[in-house]
Amino acid sequence: MTERTMTGTLLSVRGLRKRFGGLIATDGVDLDVLDGEIHALIGPNGAGKTTLITQLFGELTHDEGAISLEGEEIGGLTTVQRVRRGLGRTFQINQLLPDFTMLDNVALAVQAHEGHSFRFFANARRDEGLRARARQHLATAGLSHRAEVKVADLSHGEQKQLEFAIALASEPRLLLLDEPMAGLGHAESEQMVAMLLALKGRVTMLLVEHDMDAVFALADRISVLVYGRVIATGTAAEIRDNPEVRTAYLGEGDA
Amino acid sequence: MTLVLEQLLNGLQFGVMLFLLAAGLTLIFGIMGVINLAHGSLYMVGAYASAFVAAQTGSVWLALLGGLAAAAIIGMVMELVVLRRLYARDHLDQVLATFALILIFNQSVTLLFGRQPLFVSVPPALNGSVQLLPGLTYPVYRLAIIAVGLLVALGLYLLINRTRIGMLVRAGATHREMVRALGVDIRLLYTAVFGLGALLAGLAGLMAGPILAVQVGMGEQILIMTFVVVVIGGVGSIRGAFFGALIVGLVDTSLRAFMPGLLRQVMAGPEADALGAGLASMGIYLLMAIVLLVRPKGLFPAHV
Amino acid sequence: MSDNAIPRTRAATPALGRAIGLLLLAAALIALPFIVKAIGQPALVPLATRVLIYAIAAASLNLALGFGGMVSFGHAAFFGIGGYAVGILYRTFADDALFLGFIPGTDQLLITLPAAILVAGLFACIIGALSLRTSGVQFIMITLAFAQMLFFFFVSLKAYGGDDGMTIRRRNALFDLNTRDDVTFYFICLALTALVFLVLWRIVGSRFGMVLAGIRQNERRMAAIGIAPYRYKLAAFVISGMGAGLAGALMANYLRFVSPDMLHWTKSGELMIMVILGGVGTLLGPLLGAGALVILETVLTGWTEHWQIVLGPILLLVVLFTQGGLSGLLARLGLGGRSAP
Repeated sequence: MTERTMTGTLLSVRGLRKRFGGLIATDGVDLDVLDGEIHALIGPNGAGKTTLITQLFGELTHDEGAISLEGEEIGGLTTVQRVRRGLGRTFQINQLLPDFTMLDNVALAVQAHEGHSFRFFANARRDEGLRARARQHLATAGLSHRAEVKVADLSHGEQKQLEFAIALASEPRLLLLDEPMAGLGHAESEQMVAMLLALKGRVTMLLVEHDMDAVFALADRISVLVYGRVIATGTAAEIRDNPEVRTAYLGEGDA
Repeated sequence: MTLVLEQLLNGLQFGVMLFLLAAGLTLIFGIMGVINLAHGSLYMVGAYASAFVAAQTGSVWLALLGGLAAAAIIGMVMELVVLRRLYARDHLDQVLATFALILIFNQSVTLLFGRQPLFVSVPPALNGSVQLLPGLTYPVYRLAIIAVGLLVALGLYLLINRTRIGMLVRAGATHREMVRALGVDIRLLYTAVFGLGALLAGLAGLMAGPILAVQVGMGEQILIMTFVVVVIGGVGSIRGAFFGALIVGLVDTSLRAFMPGLLRQVMAGPEADALGAGLASMGIYLLMAIVLLVRPKGLFPAHV
Repeated sequence: MSDNAIPRTRAATPALGRAIGLLLLAAALIALPFIVKAIGQPALVPLATRVLIYAIAAASLNLALGFGGMVSFGHAAFFGIGGYAVGILYRTFADDALFLGFIPGTDQLLITLPAAILVAGLFACIIGALSLRTSGVQFIMITLAFAQMLFFFFVSLKAYGGDDGMTIRRRNALFDLNTRDDVTFYFICLALTALVFLVLWRIVGSRFGMVLAGIRQNERRMAAIGIAPYRYKLAAFVISGMGAGLAGALMANYLRFVSPDMLHWTKSGELMIMVILGGVGTLLGPLLGAGALVILETVLTGWTEHWQIVLGPILLLVVLFTQGGLSGLLARLGLGGRSAP
């Protein structure tokens, strides 16, 4: 893996707990994401990966524990406030604006990031500032040629890429990626990996993914989540050789 | 003191009527996700059918049966013909389609029975009053309504919590696919639930007959109050419907009874009466606003 | 939202075709009083005025309902408040009194209309702030209930006619125009209708409009890009209520009468019917819908007093079997309009 200077911890999670009735979904998770890294979060189905992401993003409130971004506690903030502090996410199940074109979707995210939405008169679709930056993000996600296509008419793979372009438009410092390869074909997956690699170092990412090839190709470090608990964190090699991980996870059937 | 007690009983009686409507409305919404404005029309159907049968046959039992059957059957036909097409639609379509049903029901009833209100007499067996406490006599008929309402509440509680049908109803609200996988015909279940809701609305309507005038528009008046009940109690929750109905019934009745009197202490009689009546009509909506401020999901939100 | 929600494709018709269509519509509306006079049907002018006033109300409702996805069942409240603002100001003026002890009355349209808009907006702000704490079916029930509350308030307001309402002896004055003249009043309403549609058109296409449309489509997505929906929804609801208030103020002038009937819940239902008849979330749809409903009512009441027994099934069929109302139908027939589902 690439050697880089780790400038510090961007996201720090301590003792995070969440229960749903009798079910403990998150059981004292400790996790550090370092500035600039791609940190993969893997684990068997039902380990609580998406639940964890959802709590980090503030869509679900945790019961106990602390979440801090650059040393600042964000655990009590709403999703919108966390987004303003530099958190972004993509969704495993696409959350897009189906009546809008791709360009509209991204331009709206640019506009939201800019923070001037109480403007009632000028035509937003003719705002070249917004449109140009939105086109840039679409280009980064490899979608330029489809900018004017309505979301409802896109393929699943294109929608996944669009999720990514929208997340980029918020210019997050930490991007939470929830299974960006889910449901993609082989070629599409490779394209997505190349895209993420190109951004590596510029955006810090916490990547939840089942596709192990992608994880090993991308991640600086990997954390393994089993039954709501992080049982190991380390480089790809360390994780591969970790006996606990082998029994608890890799042994059970690699995705 | 006896006046207060009497008004409390009146409030209870009104609350129980509201519960019969609210239970069906909230059940139908909780399970099928449909907002049915025409629920009030089923109340009207129950009242008219029962009044009609009573006038034709003179039999209380046949009137009861006729009102219940008419409401339930028309309710199920309504589900089969119209509501079923709306489950997958958004609320706007549901509101407008059931609003159209109200127009159709109201005009049909006007054509059949005219605009003059019908008056229904209290069944002879329930005529008269009993002395509850020294100085407090109360109409038997109203006591009977309270008893019927409480029995229905108990019955619904048992049905939902203790029976297989109740289990399916609860599961159907959250796990549609699972219920279907169990081999249950969910469409039949929906029709049955709708029929039950209609039956309860019809029951409320036919019981209201002797107390209120049976007339076109009676359904909408009570429907809007039922909405207040459902919002206060928590949408989708039978328990919420029950307590919400009692609260609204008591508050509305007491305000109507005592507000003008209180105002008369500070202003002239006729003006106090007018203002008092106005404030009393607004009371439950203010109550709803307060509940919304404190608990946006209502007092007893459904767990699902 | 279901599949008959708001279409937002580039219209199939080229922009030029749409511009020509709009010009034709404008020309027809301007020429209407002269044409009906020429064919000897001057009674059609008041009818057309009513269509315009309802079009303002329906288009305003459409901003909340069609573009913002807020199914308000209480817009008659704002319509009625607008009407009562005119009525109360006129009564205060006629009595040479002070409303609430400090507000002088007036019969000047240039004052009464802004006053009506302002008061309606204020009420929309209060009702919206409370109602928008919920969503979905609760929102429908709550807006309906609040409107009902105001209905009862005006019923009990004996000083201003209570149940019976009150008459306004003369229409409000505007410069030296003879507002009593039906054609003059028609043109006043036409100008205001054009203004309202222009404003709504700009809002819908603006940054604010984009956010509003985004919220309608997916609130979770909007939060994830850093937009808290509540403020935007409330702002749209208030603008929508102001428009309904303006329509109510014009209606009070048109009828020279206000009564609690203007706030009745069936009036809210009628406004929604106009929106859906015309096509939810389309700009010109409400005008078509208002025209369709007012004309339908006029024609049917000529046949039978039970005209609603015809309206009911028509509405039911429109909801169940058409997608996008009249303007959707027109678009599919290739006659312009914005929607192409």
